[in-house]
Amino acid sequence: MTILKNRLFWPAVILLALLVVNMFTSNQFITVRDGHLFGTLPDILRGAAPLLLVALGMTLVIATGGIDLSVGSVMAISGAVACLLISHLGDQSAIGSVLLIVAVAIGASLLLGLWNGTLVAGVGIQPIIATLILMVAGRGVAQLITDGQIINVQSSPYAAMATGHFLALPIAFLIAVAAIVLVTLLTRRTALGMLLESVGGSPTASRLAGIRAKRITVMVYVVCGGFAGLAGLIYSANIKSADSISAGNLIELDAILAVVIGGTALVGGRFSIAGTVIGAVLIQTLGVTVVAVGVPSKATLLFKAVIVVALCLSQSATFRQKVFGRFRPSRPAVAAEVPA
Amino acid sequence: MGEPLSLSGTSAPAGVGGGPVLEMTGIRKVFPGVVALDGVDFRLFPGEIHALMGENGAGKSTLIKVLTGVYDIDGGEITLGGSPVRFTGPLQSQKAGVSTVYQEVNLCTNLSVAENIFIGREPRKFGRIQWGLMRKRAAELLTRLDLDLDVSATLDTYSLAIQQMVAIARAVDVSARVLILDEPTSSLDASEAEQLFKIMRRLRDEGVAILFVSHFLDQIYEVSDRLTVLRNGKLIGEYKTAELPQVQLVEKMIGKELAVLDDLEDKAQRTRTKSAGAQPILSATGLGRTGAIAPFDLTIHEGEVVGLAGLLGSGRTELARLLFGADRADSGELKIDGKDVSLRSPQSAMKHGIAFSSENRRTEGIIGELTVRENIILALQAARGWTRPIPRRKQDELVDKYIKALQIRPADPEREVRNLSGGNQQKVLLARWLITEPRLLIIDEPTRGIDVGAKAEIQKLVAELSDGGVAVLFVSAELEEVLRLSHKIEVLRDRRLVEELENTEGVDADRIMQTIASGAVQ
Repeated sequence: MTILKNRLFWPAVILLALLVVNMFTSNQFITVRDGHLFGTLPDILRGAAPLLLVALGMTLVIATGGIDLSVGSVMAISGAVACLLISHLGDQSAIGSVLLIVAVAIGASLLLGLWNGTLVAGVGIQPIIATLILMVAGRGVAQLITDGQIINVQSSPYAAMATGHFLALPIAFLIAVAAIVLVTLLTRRTALGMLLESVGGSPTASRLAGIRAKRITVMVYVVCGGFAGLAGLIYSANIKSADSISAGNLIELDAILAVVIGGTALVGGRFSIAGTVIGAVLIQTLGVTVVAVGVPSKATLLFKAVIVVALCLSQSATFRQKVFGRFRPSRPAVAAEVPA
Repeated sequence: MGEPLSLSGTSAPAGVGGGPVLEMTGIRKVFPGVVALDGVDFRLFPGEIHALMGENGAGKSTLIKVLTGVYDIDGGEITLGGSPVRFTGPLQSQKAGVSTVYQEVNLCTNLSVAENIFIGREPRKFGRIQWGLMRKRAAELLTRLDLDLDVSATLDTYSLAIQQMVAIARAVDVSARVLILDEPTSSLDASEAEQLFKIMRRLRDEGVAILFVSHFLDQIYEVSDRLTVLRNGKLIGEYKTAELPQVQLVEKMIGKELAVLDDLEDKAQRTRTKSAGAQPILSATGLGRTGAIAPFDLTIHEGEVVGLAGLLGSGRTELARLLFGADRADSGELKIDGKDVSLRSPQSAMKHGIAFSSENRRTEGIIGELTVRENIILALQAARGWTRPIPRRKQDELVDKYIKALQIRPADPEREVRNLSGGNQQKVLLARWLITEPRLLIIDEPTRGIDVGAKAEIQKLVAELSDGGVAVLFVSAELEEVLRLSHKIEVLRDRRLVEELENTEGVDADRIMQTIASGAVQ
């Protein structure tokens, strides 16, 4: 009974169901080739890496009651910066130079996050508007960086970020796992998680409790920018080029969806990293499944929408009450707010 | 003198014939867990200015919201012009002739004066707005109110006071029977308020019934004919303003009878002399903030309980917030331990050992969805910074200790704090600040809206803290409480600290009420 009530129960069930469908429909669900894992499942995990990274940062931003619409544009900028610099390298395969360039691109993304954070916490612009600025302008910046062209690179160390393997596992997946572990440690082993939830729960009360709410808010936008930048590098490494138009296009919506599926409320407060991970992998799996089961390409978006609606209904307390409520004693009502 | 008028009698104000335009009888309104209005009667006669009085939480806003159709009633009857009505929405009550002008002006400042008066009901001919006629009628209306304005100018070219009067003009033109003015003067200066009163009197003389809410006693006495006092959702009485002395009005609002009984029991329980030679912790000289609190001097010593007394809106909370850095002072000096400091933020106040528990428990105190444990350690954790988490074992130890010491119920540290009762939430807040081991604890209305038992426990705690050398700045609307706990009492009135009283034998509720009612005693 308690496991049924867990918010993550149904998302997890749907994720498993989709994976089972893939097991039967794909020729190779999981296999070992040249000592590396290949097949549909490793592909899903590899392909989910950018969304996972973006959704992780988005989780923290949403926990403070904010939102970051600019993640897709940050991805485009970071990929553009990296590819432009790599294309100027004499030896594009020099690992040291590529690592340095990756660091520069992530640094640029952190700065973009700082810009967002400053607009939100420093200037006091509503998050949806503040990040809309960079969402629109950022793609323009990315196109300026690439001079409106698609920059192709031939750098094997760079490409390895997306397509390489380490210890039989896709490197992109390992990067995402490292990010998950990092964020979990950062928020749950320090007091950051609680302070974040406090700021999201009530900014005014948090300020009066002595929490530096502005500083924390800026910080989460910076972290979110950094992760978006990393996601942009993986995306661009995968196609070995910088495509400022389609890199991270509409990924903010998938990321927000992943966060919400994972049980973090858009109004801020309590957040769940595990929930976001399930949500992001679920969305990626859904995309793969739609192709695998042969849904006509014209109908894929609608098919996805149906699944998402089902998911959201399964998480709605009102809906569950209506459908399952008659079989169970009704839960005691939560104390209502009393106007002063 | 000061006796309630008989509600059934024919006590219509002199010079006005006929019955009340609006009559409410036995109005009951219940919110989950709280009876906001309990059998309240209210009458409003044509051609009178009637003040609705009461402290915060007395039920004034609820009554107005019932009148304007925002809330439906759970019991009782409303008659308007003699026939029973039941409002189900603001639009309906407006159509029936009840108009409201709120504290914040709800007009479009980018439109002209005439447009604002006629917005939504512009005079039309064949679908086209007749601008000329609209301006002419607007000008006529304003002349009637003795206002000389350019009706084509945009509203934002006029002061807030004028904007408010335009709102009133619009309200009386829409429906002229009952006009509700909810704290219209709170953002006006004296001469602007005077201008507003002139218009109110003129409308009254035309037969409009005006319901007026204000926290400024002087204004009530200046402009109102009669007044109704509410306390804790109950009707205390209906009085002619001229026949009710200010001191008695304050008494009725605050509820002195109860206080007297309590005081008899507790008299002399508390030693009212502070130990000699206590060091001053904090001393403010000319500290103030424009629009919030006039510059004041205040010194607080170790182990001293300082009570802040005054009506709602008298600047109690504003003063407290300055001392915690929640708002920044824009004048004056503050010394802590003899050194000049400037409190720019709550953090800087906390570094000096100052703690502040806000009067708005729900919005500025607890974080509802966090647990009791998290709420309790929040301030201490904030002071340490996020990189240095309090070890879990230490957290449990501290939290257990305070759950026991303050008898927080249920004694479950992992329960979400929003599911606790008001009194227990208040204790959680106190625990939050006590574990930071403050030297000066500022508590704003810690006992409001909580049950008697919890109230007594919190009062006891304040006394114990003081005995242990902690200074407490205690803000409360209940004089009885302030008198029982404080070593000295600061009396505020109209955003000004008007008197400081050592709490010695001669000082009682009457003495304080006198100051609240009339300003500093010469």
